[in-house]
Amino acid sequence: MVTVNGKPVDAAGMTAAALVEAQGYACAQVAVERNEEIIPKAELGSTVIQDGDVVEIVRFVGGG
Amino acid sequence: MEDTLKLGGREFHARFILGSGKYSLSLIEAAVQYAGAEIITLAVRRANTQEHENILDYIPKGVTLLPNTSGARNAQEAVRIARLARELGCGDFVKIEIMRDTKYLLPDNAETIKATEILAKEGFVVMPYMYPDLNAARDLVNAGAASVMPLAAPIGSNKGLATRDFIQILIDEIDLPVIVDAGIGRPSQACEAMEMGAAAVMCNTALATAGDLPAMAEAFRKAVEAGRSAYLSGLGRVLERGGAPSDTLTGFLHD
Repeated sequence: MVTVNGKPVDAAGMTAAALVEAQGYACAQVAVERNEEIIPKAELGSTVIQDGDVVEIVRFVGGG
Repeated sequence: MEDTLKLGGREFHARFILGSGKYSLSLIEAAVQYAGAEIITLAVRRANTQEHENILDYIPKGVTLLPNTSGARNAQEAVRIARLARELGCGDFVKIEIMRDTKYLLPDNAETIKATEILAKEGFVVMPYMYPDLNAARDLVNAGAASVMPLAAPIGSNKGLATRDFIQILIDEIDLPVIVDAGIGRPSQACEAMEMGAAAVMCNTALATAGDLPAMAEAFRKAVEAGRSAYLSGLGRVLERGGAPSDTLTGFLHD
């Protein structure tokens, strides 16, 4: 099991890009962190998520 | 000579910085236009599947994005958010916002100095939100900040220049742009901050809670411009006692 934005997701073996798309986002609009290390955008398609990984997918929202 | 605001090697003409929180995405374009803003702040949040609209689609091209690190409780978390914001691909500007206190949302100056030092070394244009304390501001200068952003009053309070005298000390003593951030609720308060010599004013809640957001954005733009003009003109002096006629008193009635 993989923790994605704090929730358990069955995502082990998926690429980071596939995970982002499965969450309903385009890779262009998010940044992805795995185990507190950023996965560069260019490597999202080639980075495979492992069992036990903690993934954060973030984007911009309104703020002051 | 042209009057510009210099931040991170860039020059801006507008001195009113706009927040984008707590109002509809569909109002952002009008807010930017009426505010005449060249810089807009954003926050970084988890992408959850409820909402898919991309705020970047609503921000006019050419506006500089200033992501904040809101939600960070210490330097380490702020650094993490800043790096994610840069990975989102919108430049090197970052507004450091570190809060331990959830009631008043007051910034933690000590952690802010630590985060500023780390991020400035990584090439960020660091604009730290801070409590207006001269010693902390000097430390932020030494840490590589591009500006300091002292609060006027607690975030979202619209209470105005509660820290007026301490912001004035920063303006007088700190060589970086002093940008008054948080707590400004009315155009007259923004104008006063600019008259004092602030380099810019940033507002969010004052607009988000106004009756007519674009019209209020315009009112703030005018107030900031008026305050800047007044500062550059050199304000007239204040007499502590007595009065002075604004025309030469005629003597003939007494002759």
